[in-house]
Amino acid sequence: MTIGTPMLRKEDPKLLTGEGKFVDDIHVSGELWMGMVRSPMAHAKILSVDVSEALKMPGVHSAYSGADLNGMGLWAAPLPCAWPVTEDMVNPPHFPVAAEYARHVGEIVAVVLADSRYGAADAAEAVIVDFEQLPAVASLDEAVADSKMAHSDLSTNKAYHWALEPDNAAVEAAFANAAHTVTGNFVQQRMIPAAMEPRGVLAVPSPHGGELTLYSASQVPHLLKVLIAATTGLPENKLRVIAPAVGGGFGAKLNVNPDELLAATLSNKLAKPVRWTETRSEAAFSTHQGRGQNQRIELAADADGKVTGCRVHLDADMGAYMMLITPGVPLLGSFLYTGVYDIPAFGFTCDGHFTNLTPTDAYRGAGRPEASYAIERAMDMLAAEMGMDPAELRRRNYIAGGDHFENFTVSSTLAFDSGHYGPNLDKALEMADYDGLRAEQKKRRDAGDAKQLGIGMVTYVEICGLAPSRALGGLNFNSGGWEHATVRMLPTGKVEVVSGSTPHGQGHETSWSQIIATKFGMDPNDVEVLHSDTALSPLGLDTYGSRSLSVGGVAIAMAADKVIEKARLMAAHMFEAAPGDVEYENGSFSVKGTPAKSVHIAELGFGAFLAHDLPDGMEPNLQEQVSFDPPNFAFPFGTHVAVVEIDEGTGNVELLDYIAVDDCGNQVNPLIVEGQVHGGIVQGVGQALFEAAAYDEDGNCQNPSFLDYLVPSPMEMPNIKTDYTYTPSTSNILGVKGVGEAGTIGSAAAVMNAVVDGLSPHGVKDMKMPATPQRVWNAIQGVTV
Amino acid sequence: MIPAAFDYVTADSADAAIAALTEHGDEAKLLAGGHSLIPLMKFRLATPSVLIDIGRLSDLSYIKEDGDQVAVGAMTTHRAIENSDVLKAQLPMLAHVAGQVGDPSVRHRGTLGGSIAHGDPASDLPAALLALGGSVVVKGPNGERTIAADDFFTGFLETALAPDELMTELRFPKMPDAKWSYQKFNRRAQDWAIVGVAAVTNPMNTSVALVNMGAMPLRAEAVEAALQGGASAADAAAKAGDGMSPPTDLNADANYRNALAQTLVARALAETGA
Repeated sequence: MTIGTPMLRKEDPKLLTGEGKFVDDIHVSGELWMGMVRSPMAHAKILSVDVSEALKMPGVHSAYSGADLNGMGLWAAPLPCAWPVTEDMVNPPHFPVAAEYARHVGEIVAVVLADSRYGAADAAEAVIVDFEQLPAVASLDEAVADSKMAHSDLSTNKAYHWALEPDNAAVEAAFANAAHTVTGNFVQQRMIPAAMEPRGVLAVPSPHGGELTLYSASQVPHLLKVLIAATTGLPENKLRVIAPAVGGGFGAKLNVNPDELLAATLSNKLAKPVRWTETRSEAAFSTHQGRGQNQRIELAADADGKVTGCRVHLDADMGAYMMLITPGVPLLGSFLYTGVYDIPAFGFTCDGHFTNLTPTDAYRGAGRPEASYAIERAMDMLAAEMGMDPAELRRRNYIAGGDHFENFTVSSTLAFDSGHYGPNLDKALEMADYDGLRAEQKKRRDAGDAKQLGIGMVTYVEICGLAPSRALGGLNFNSGGWEHATVRMLPTGKVEVVSGSTPHGQGHETSWSQIIATKFGMDPNDVEVLHSDTALSPLGLDTYGSRSLSVGGVAIAMAADKVIEKARLMAAHMFEAAPGDVEYENGSFSVKGTPAKSVHIAELGFGAFLAHDLPDGMEPNLQEQVSFDPPNFAFPFGTHVAVVEIDEGTGNVELLDYIAVDDCGNQVNPLIVEGQVHGGIVQGVGQALFEAAAYDEDGNCQNPSFLDYLVPSPMEMPNIKTDYTYTPSTSNILGVKGVGEAGTIGSAAAVMNAVVDGLSPHGVKDMKMPATPQRVWNAIQGVTV
Repeated sequence: MIPAAFDYVTADSADAAIAALTEHGDEAKLLAGGHSLIPLMKFRLATPSVLIDIGRLSDLSYIKEDGDQVAVGAMTTHRAIENSDVLKAQLPMLAHVAGQVGDPSVRHRGTLGGSIAHGDPASDLPAALLALGGSVVVKGPNGERTIAADDFFTGFLETALAPDELMTELRFPKMPDAKWSYQKFNRRAQDWAIVGVAAVTNPMNTSVALVNMGAMPLRAEAVEAALQGGASAADAAAKAGDGMSPPTDLNADANYRNALAQTLVARALAETGA
């Protein structure tokens, strides 16, 4: 059960038998439930808030308007935005409860506290709020048009302009000299992240005052601790944040939310535990959403199909406010618009805009799926324009001609750690029987079948291993990118690993145990991983951006190596040999040439605990820690092929087959990799075919529940066929890259390329996501909607 | 997602349920499988002050042959209908359609009577009832009466069932040899139909019912009349949207629903050989 073994997850028996404790499972006596009064209007002036009827209801403890809370002096600062992408970015103050204006449906305008969840919900309904409705900016298009304002005190909806334009003259020249150009205008619709476990929070003040424990369904307890302290003025060293079992996040639990700040401050103020669990509809209204971009991408190519220039402009929907990394999400994608291709000239600009809609922020892939979608759809458009097979066009443009490379600096200025794209594509096309599929497609077209085939492919690259701290600093992101680990050999031979990486379903305990098992030659079940509690694991930067293994896991491997080096000195002392003569293999030290006489690292752990006979100057105990700051990102890649069947009578798109050949470098647990690939693909298929947060012209979300927000189920998916290539990363000692978002980054474009390919005999060149049956049917009738 | 407060009473007989309905009047709702009512209550779109739970009326859960008819107790679950040997032999379309409702957990809880009484135009089973020419047996303070399927659905989520009446049984004429087709078009397997078509062809006639093509479950009268008048299946199917006022929602506008109805009726008629 070492590195590379598909070990079953250590976490699963507990979770599958209902023993996992999520925030909503944790109860303390005397707790009060928060009930949120939310704005029913997308943009309104709050004229008055009357809580008197609510206060008369049974079990109600108290109720507060935004003005009440402001008057109580609970806030040291507005809700934090950690990524002011430009010096002059507009960042309107955003407090947990709106006092003067509500700027999206679902924004909290009052909070009630009651002794039960149902009582809180009933009392929230009894609060009377008098609103004066204001014109709402109900879409990104309206925001760009700028004729009405999402913030009535601002004169424009534009929040910032950000540019990555290394060489505009080169871009101009590429387009001036191009034999072929294509322009793609794509819409990345808003997505509701829809984690299986809704968000929830429980704040428990210490009975003697002063200290506060906050349980939150969060991906980022460490960041939350710092930011709660900064936002509320509660002393950071009196705060403990615990993320217990967390049921998925997809980025939606990577934030600092009004409810978390309300629970912390009200429990502190009232000296009572305060809790809240969002309903599924509240998740749709108030937890941040993903995507929300209008993209324009232009490619210039020479007569042979060699792409010579790429120019991109985004308009990005911020929603009503800047949340933790709202403005930075498009930047995370900006470096990837040239994809896996050696495109010498590149330019990128992005405008962020406010709307009166729920704020956007990170959602699985955060910027990179959008980038991958744009370049991969544009490559297909170019192939269609030139009458070239899309696989052939990709091959002609691969970095290093598809051969193996290391440390290649692309025109977007990043240095890709390693890649080997040609064989990866070959493998996927072979698995898909690409030539056979094209033959079948032709047969059906010639016969005029009611069900036509569409074949789409994507060769993606993404950025994992967030992040080199200096790189984040260069982008004005106010956080480091390191991760911390402690490895502790206990006296009885068991190992404790303390990690700052916070899992919410990824199986960290299993992967970290496998790393230690490999390093120390021991059973992974003898390894315990401590995490997700700032008291147990004080240093950490948590889980997002496919960083856990390539930063946090690497830190553990490095800390284990330091333990081994200390133990080597102990072994040398014991064997009366020079440390250089002591060899280490599979947990045991021996002197070169005399392998029969050995000592296991676990025994040395006990010796270090006794400290009876340590080398002079050596500290007792066998424990080491590492804060690893990666020197570079990691760049996983892969080829996905989607095969769809289009029912021309109804417009229905059925995903018939899906082939994914991913390369995430070395793999620690192939079973976990496989799970991430499957889940990621389904999430991208959701964007391509099923999901969209739908808003009416007044800014009301029309599908805030699973009745209408269509997350694909296994019934909509074919058996996904996976395989892998293995190109080790050069950014870390494990050679790992990351795989948490890869599936999502490849799949939406693969499916949409297949849909457009299938519809191409009707003259269809593009299709908006999601490719609903109605949209597809209209396209077949020649109607563009 | 959190329902308003309500009182809850259980009925241990049909008469007790009727008595409770009579006592509480409009404020009361019967709770059978709960798969239509509870979601509405969680959105606070329905706020009954009393729920009368008839889930314990096991004597209303049965499938039995009765001469040239099959009688199905109103509390029979979709799952029981889906797996019934009697229905598979005598009314195979009904068994099939029950298997198309929601997902397995819905089908284990949801009941035929509940689905019919709710009268949702997007539901599968009301269309089957119409196409199969079934009837509805209801019981109230003044005794029992039988309502033909064609007279049962009266408007959006409205039926001929009086507020103090309990549905006890659904009756269907046996038709073991009928050719039938159920075309359900949806985006995900567990969803309601965007449009659905139930068609039954007997030697003398073809009946066609439509799902989600208007305010209530409907017969495709124009299609049926065209077939009766000797039109080809293709020509008849082209009339599937005639006289309909299909809804517009996130999945489909009225124009697309009309087109879907035509396609699906054509496919259904091709299957039944009409």
